[in-house]
Amino acid sequence: MIELTARTPFDGLLPIEAGALRLSEAAPARMTSLAPYRGRDKALSEALKAAHGMAFPAPNRATGREGARAVWFGQRMALLIGPEPDAGLTEFAALTDQSDAWAVARLEGEGAAEALARLAPLDLREGAFKRGHTARTELGHMHASLTRISGESWRIMVFRAFARTLAHEMREAMQSVAARAGV
Amino acid sequence: MRITCPICGPRDRREFYYQGAAVAIERPAPDAGAEVWDDYLHNRDNPAGETRDLWYHESGCAAWIVVTRDTNTHEVMGAELADDAKAERP
Repeated sequence: MIELTARTPFDGLLPIEAGALRLSEAAPARMTSLAPYRGRDKALSEALKAAHGMAFPAPNRATGREGARAVWFGQRMALLIGPEPDAGLTEFAALTDQSDAWAVARLEGEGAAEALARLAPLDLREGAFKRGHTARTELGHMHASLTRISGESWRIMVFRAFARTLAHEMREAMQSVAARAGV
Repeated sequence: MRITCPICGPRDRREFYYQGAAVAIERPAPDAGAEVWDDYLHNRDNPAGETRDLWYHESGCAAWIVVTRDTNTHEVMGAELADDAKAERP
């Protein structure tokens, strides 16, 4: 019998540190996409509030808190991160387990937004992209989900198969920012 | 070039995938006849001026949108969800 070992997406790739910046792998969590059936958006939001304590997020926003978060994830879709989804939600939405499909990293430290801005075509400055804001966007040619968790802390998600590419792209961006920080 | 996605807001053009003239949402009835179907499948205008194209917000929210733009001035006049554009058809 072959003994298989479970590996996380960034196993052996992270953490990466450069200057004040640190990129690390987020702790594995249950992730479920919620896609409301036509006309059931409001009912789903109510059920989500009752079961997990957060409303269905508006476009470009995240709701909830550490451990139980809902991140807007595209046209009429949100990603529930943390809890096992309440069975009652299936009445209003299609639920899909995405836990193993994504590589999830956390970027922290001063200059985090500057590092991400090298890879994403978005205005990530604090005035425009605040805590609790999220975006589906392009990150160095990868489809990604970016969420500002707090001032200098970001949640970055890409398809699991892109873990190595993300680590590479982020290392370059972080090193460039760190190298210029002292000038 | 920036396109204002009806869901995400103004975004860089590189987040989008270009599909072509927005005739795809004007699919004729199955019994419309060979000529109408030939036109739908093969014939496209090449306007100097206002044109409507289908774009896919590939790296963003994954919505199909209809963008109205001017091929002379490169002005982007507006964008709406393909779903809505289709619903508005008579």
